[in-house]
Amino acid sequence: MSTELGQSTQSPVDLEQKEYLWTLNFGPQHPATHTTLRLILTLDGERVVDAVPDIGYLHSGFEKLGEHLDYNQYVVVTDRMNYISPLANNVAWHHAVEKLLGIELTPRCKYIRTILAELARISDHLLCVGAAALDLGAMTAFLYAFNQRELLYEIFELVCGARFTTSYTRVGGLMYDVDDRFIERVRWFVRQFPKAHADLTRLLNRNRIFVDRTKGIGVLSKEDAINLGCTGPVARASGVTRDLRKDQPYLAYADFDFKVPCMTSGDCYARYLVRMAEMLESLKIVEQAIENLPPGPVNVDVGTRLVLPDKPQVYTTIEGLIQQFEVIMSNRGFSTPVDECYAAIESPNGELGFYIVADGSDVAYRARCRPPSFIHFAVFPYLIRGHNVSDVVAVLGSLNIIAAELDR
Amino acid sequence: MTEPTVQTEQTQDEQPAFVRKVIDRFGADRVSMSVFRDNLRLIVPRELSYEVLRFLKEECGFDMLVDITAVDYLYYPKARDRFGVIWSLLNTATNERVFVKAFLNEPDLVVRSVFDLWKAADWLEREVYDMFGIRFAGHPNLRRILLPDEFTAFPLRKDYPLRGRGERHNFRRLTREQS
Repeated sequence: MSTELGQSTQSPVDLEQKEYLWTLNFGPQHPATHTTLRLILTLDGERVVDAVPDIGYLHSGFEKLGEHLDYNQYVVVTDRMNYISPLANNVAWHHAVEKLLGIELTPRCKYIRTILAELARISDHLLCVGAAALDLGAMTAFLYAFNQRELLYEIFELVCGARFTTSYTRVGGLMYDVDDRFIERVRWFVRQFPKAHADLTRLLNRNRIFVDRTKGIGVLSKEDAINLGCTGPVARASGVTRDLRKDQPYLAYADFDFKVPCMTSGDCYARYLVRMAEMLESLKIVEQAIENLPPGPVNVDVGTRLVLPDKPQVYTTIEGLIQQFEVIMSNRGFSTPVDECYAAIESPNGELGFYIVADGSDVAYRARCRPPSFIHFAVFPYLIRGHNVSDVVAVLGSLNIIAAELDR
Repeated sequence: MTEPTVQTEQTQDEQPAFVRKVIDRFGADRVSMSVFRDNLRLIVPRELSYEVLRFLKEECGFDMLVDITAVDYLYYPKARDRFGVIWSLLNTATNERVFVKAFLNEPDLVVRSVFDLWKAADWLEREVYDMFGIRFAGHPNLRRILLPDEFTAFPLRKDYPLRGRGERHNFRRLTREQS
């Protein structure tokens, strides 16, 4: 199905002329949208002539809030963006802040962040694959995926006390260091995950219904993917061989041996396969990182006056106590360069970047988030035109639209 | 206390090839470059933004539009212009990034749309319009995207209060009887 790139997303046909077309409101509260988003579909029988996404139902002014919360406080808001993988958002936000401030993290902090970001990627892809299968009628795959997600939640709970809204990173470090139980848990997860992944593969890869409903549906060509700004698994399924972990290695990614799975067909099935393959690559990274976890502190040195000291330091040393006050008190806080800076990470969904404008105070002057879901949802009308109304859920599921990140 | 490193100007021979091409084409008096961390920025006059972006896309291989955003510099230290619009481009082959920036002032908040170069600009420009009221000339469907159509303010401007201006209370309410 060719996409009509010559047109806007909004006006592909002259609807006045065609009275036999009818309109279907899909959402904002529909089980298959999973989150609050609305599509206005124009149908010719069962064929989708046009789809107009109507977004903004979950708009909560996150970027405005970013101008009123300091660099450590705002991490709580980033949890709520892509809540399927909050740790990746935490890492993205503080990656940008640390680039702005010019902080070089400690090796241990880099490794822990890498492990958690990759676990978040596995958790995100599990949900995406599971939910996409659920929408297409495969309930069992969804439950298999969520079983594994539960184990990941337990790991997240172990490191930061929260399952969902982790807020684990801090400027220049982490909330807490990890302990031996974390290492044990992650090792155990790495050992048992391939079996669950194989189960999932066997349930879906050659499942007749699943393949029929995803193969050849929502095809995105390589040129369109680049022109439309797609990143992450959506772009890689269309043959765009880009991954920020390889192209601009951040954290500790340069240390590890992993591959970037790509496909060329660009349909829903390719996006599913890319996500499945990425999970195993992430697992390889986690395994290498956890076995080579460097010792040492997780926070950068207290002398920089940029990082919150850990609690034992606050309670036992005068430097830690002073530092705590310096960072927390409203008339002190960070001193930042008066400049602006963009930094991005490869989040599970694609390039998640923050454009921070700093005015010298400890509160960002502007905290722009470049959300991958927003870019990918704009692609949706191009992908669905000409397909059946039942394919809407297949395409939506393969794009992994998270409305909280879409609307912010 | 370690001072964060300040902005460093690159010397002429450290400039990437595309920067030299852009400066040769449009003139050093109209296009200026600055570097902070690894972000390379080209500051262009508003009238030239479209031409520079098209030149970067067609001659320098910047084939992906990563982001369009804007900043309201109303209370920013030493700022001379009110708004800045920032286009963030990426060359998917060479992995170079460039940030093109143009300044705008009231009442003339118009800049040319790049929708015909990158389809990704569609929603990004609508979002900037929605949040800042900056219009993109040539955009085929420039209307609000995140906020409701009847919203009157531009909330990411600095003179808009965090708690709003009571829009929420003034929305028409539908009761069960009316529906």
